[in-house]
Amino acid sequence: MKVLGIESSCDETAAAVVEDGCRILSSVVSSQIAIHRPYGGVVPELASRQHIKVIIPVITEALQRAALNLSDIGAVAVTQGPGLVGSLLVGIGVAKAIAYSTGKPLVPVNHLEGHIQAAFLEEAPASFPCIGLVVSGGHTNLYYVEDHGRSTLVGRTRDDAAGEAFDKVAKLLNLGYPGGMVIDTLARKGNPKAISFPRAYLEKDSLDFSFSGIKTAVVNFVRRYVDVGEADGQQPGEQSLKSAKLLPVQVADIVASFQEAVVDVLVQKTCAAAQQFRVRQVVVAGGVAANSRLRRRLEEEVGRLGLHLQLPKPELCTDNAAMIAAAGFHKLKMTGGRWDLDFDAISRWPDLPGYLPDDRPK
Amino acid sequence: MTDDQPLLSWERLTRNPAETKLLAEGLGRLLQPGDVIALMGELGSGKTLFSQGLARGLQVPEAYYITSPTFAIINEYPGRIPFYHLDLYRISAGVDLLELGLDEVLYGQGAVAIEWAERLKEQLPGERLEVHLAFSGEAARHLDFLAFGVKPELRLQALIENMGNTRVRPSFE
Repeated sequence: MKVLGIESSCDETAAAVVEDGCRILSSVVSSQIAIHRPYGGVVPELASRQHIKVIIPVITEALQRAALNLSDIGAVAVTQGPGLVGSLLVGIGVAKAIAYSTGKPLVPVNHLEGHIQAAFLEEAPASFPCIGLVVSGGHTNLYYVEDHGRSTLVGRTRDDAAGEAFDKVAKLLNLGYPGGMVIDTLARKGNPKAISFPRAYLEKDSLDFSFSGIKTAVVNFVRRYVDVGEADGQQPGEQSLKSAKLLPVQVADIVASFQEAVVDVLVQKTCAAAQQFRVRQVVVAGGVAANSRLRRRLEEEVGRLGLHLQLPKPELCTDNAAMIAAAGFHKLKMTGGRWDLDFDAISRWPDLPGYLPDDRPK
Repeated sequence: MTDDQPLLSWERLTRNPAETKLLAEGLGRLLQPGDVIALMGELGSGKTLFSQGLARGLQVPEAYYITSPTFAIINEYPGRIPFYHLDLYRISAGVDLLELGLDEVLYGQGAVAIEWAERLKEQLPGERLEVHLAFSGEAARHLDFLAFGVKPELRLQALIENMGNTRVRPSFE
């Protein structure tokens, strides 16, 4: 069955056609990075407006690249959440209209469940059971994944998401946007051992994360040497480094050391989860999974434990609709259900332990 | 829409994150539906930590982690009354709160904490308790409480009574 996937939860408008949940026939992503760059972050109301502008052309392009018409599609899958509510509603609205006019089933999909599916879209797909790390600007979650659509949350961040820490540190150091990419590039020129930022491992056996302390440690480090203040043209309350001249180390060293601290914790917790749950397979996805240092360290450490690592290529790690189409296919197959067209966007799923990502909030 | 003069103000120095959180928890215990706490302070000053303390005082179950709302803009938690945790970090100045649908929350049935409230200062409710957090070393923070409106004044009075033994100063001269 060919499933049309639609994704608009944050700042990418995406559509894709995937056959039988594993073969990508087309995948189109329209990024809004340039639109949000002047603001140093995703601006929700600008994001929704852009989604409205491009969603129909993006879907049309996905169908054309797959050489299909709407009538060839067996079902439509759409991201229901979590994400920005105004952005989600654009994709959901279009998906409902397509489902209603064609009579095809419409499957609402959890965005995080979708990310895990990315690992099963590669040529050598991952196997079950596995530990899944979904790490992005909005989430840092560890799942125990038994099968398609059967993931249990076993670890989560207690404060900031890993990607959020990247973005905020990049903004503090005036490095530009998107912070994750900028830091990844700059860190290659820096010494990851220049500064020892704190790693928060929390209680013994805990699979939770905490990145707020690392972020604050970077702020404290910078404040020790230079004035941090509101620069011209910034938003009220926004603080960033005015001059790097007085720092005792290169900015590249700071970001390399910061990145190393975040990567250490992500790798350690992911490996600990794999051992606790005695799985042979680890999968990783989400925007931060495109980080080159994290990829390398995961390959080393997961390999050292003798486990298999499935790290989807960067374009499958970041937001895309192929993962949504795949998740939709499996959900449809598993439940055989038909969803009413009256479901709503869910901006935030309660990230509670034991919650299946596809459970509705109670 | 803002009254420029706070009816009551209070300042307090906390030595570490645990003290900051405890102070916030004390405030959380006092909050009633419709109360708005506007949190202001730079990156790393402890706004999310303060919100975690508020949530504890509002009896949000501990299974819920009060995470940074920067990504989602608004997080909602069940407690003895609903707790809405907002973040204006990604909101550009000049955006209408009505357009974001936040007015329903700001004048609703729950207690509200707003991080990066300085972003939309002119649109904040007239009745609000502002909490300004500033670095005072690496772990210590200087907190300034400013009560705008009668209800916030009553909450701050109660907080001062409960937390006691600290310098209290009258409104701005």
